[in-house]
Amino acid sequence: MSDEDEIILSELDDDELVAQMHDDLYDGLKEEIEEGTNILLGRGWTPYDVLTKALVEGMRIVGIDFRDGILFVPEVLLAANAMKSGMTILRPLLAETGAPKLGSMVIGTVKGDIHDIGKNLVGMMMEGAGFDVHDIGINTDVDGYLAAIDEHQPDILGMSALLTTTMPYMKVVIDTMIEKGMRDDYTILVGGAPLNEDFGKAIGADAYCRDAAVAVETAKEFMARKHNQMATG
Amino acid sequence: MTSKLQAEASPAKRVRVIGCGMIAREVLAINEQLGFDHVDLKCLPAEYHHHPERIAPEMDKAIARAREEGFENIFVGYADCGTGGELDKVCMKHGVERIAGPHCFSFYMGNQQFAEADGDYLTTFFITDFLARHFETFMKRPLGLDRHPELLPMYFGNYTRALYLAQTEDPELEANAREAADFLGLEYEYRFTGFGDLTPALSEAANSA
Repeated sequence: MSDEDEIILSELDDDELVAQMHDDLYDGLKEEIEEGTNILLGRGWTPYDVLTKALVEGMRIVGIDFRDGILFVPEVLLAANAMKSGMTILRPLLAETGAPKLGSMVIGTVKGDIHDIGKNLVGMMMEGAGFDVHDIGINTDVDGYLAAIDEHQPDILGMSALLTTTMPYMKVVIDTMIEKGMRDDYTILVGGAPLNEDFGKAIGADAYCRDAAVAVETAKEFMARKHNQMATG
Repeated sequence: MTSKLQAEASPAKRVRVIGCGMIAREVLAINEQLGFDHVDLKCLPAEYHHHPERIAPEMDKAIARAREEGFENIFVGYADCGTGGELDKVCMKHGVERIAGPHCFSFYMGNQQFAEADGDYLTTFFITDFLARHFETFMKRPLGLDRHPELLPMYFGNYTRALYLAQTEDPELEANAREAADFLGLEYEYRFTGFGDLTPALSEAANSA
């Protein structure tokens, strides 16, 4: 690209800058996302608006193209890396400004499994959507899930697995929660490449989420139902 | 891929092995070692390793095609390989057997030994001869690591060691495997396994014809 074609982010108006940030997220340009985030904040945007209008919306487009087979895993990871850098700037500011919260989630990869790309993407998108996310990491046994639930009292429990050999462990966790009489206190969402809707139903989860965008939409739906039940109950 | 030996007998007297492209070379080597000239090999693309959801439906079609060609003896050259039991359903539907075990790393090592190790390999990235030979094209490029090495921690951050399960004693492949481990930033370990449980599995299939 010649100097003439170079885009100076600070010279763009707000709408152009947001559109450019969507493009930069799509291209996984971490430094440009950091710069764009700081510019918008400098122009008086609330951290919440920067997050939702520039970052989350950009990642939503990435998610759609991933689902449609236009983008592949490396590109999604680069985009996620870029979004993460923007969120690092916004996170403390969001805490200060009391951005709206939709609910909270504990999320972890099940015992015997160390794969966390999907889990991390879901965690990031859930945080971007306004959930408090408590990521308890990989290789999580039932005691680990229960301890995190006890500590954080989340609305949602998320479990992830990449291996066909580890995904049945989700049922161990759910069955333990049933035994303890606490299953119905939480919405349980499960995900991971080898899972499907039938598996989610068979193990007693509330929903199987095929990707991060679906996880966010499903979580919002369950939170809305919960609020409606509380309002009418 | 089809071996040159297939033309020597009618399909009914031969054994069709439909296997993973990742083990093609090893199957042919065993055939040659043991003189299985009535066994021929067709492979599904090795890339299905990255897309295990494609294995069972494509195997279903491949078995049906082999039946149409007149093969009565068919053997599936896959372990479960991330299909979560879907491949077993296809095998049951067609009345054929597959290689026992969860994946090739296990049957090369020996399924019993692998099962007994329980969680010892949780953070281990396995390399076979195939992966040592094709690490660049099969792992590095599809994962985008040739262009974006900064993604390494996202893919491999939770792994601690690379274990090369060697099917053959080949210094060049060992150098490749060590280089792959270095690239991934993992501790390197070498273990010669030979063909492990693949040999008896193929022998049984070959002798059943």
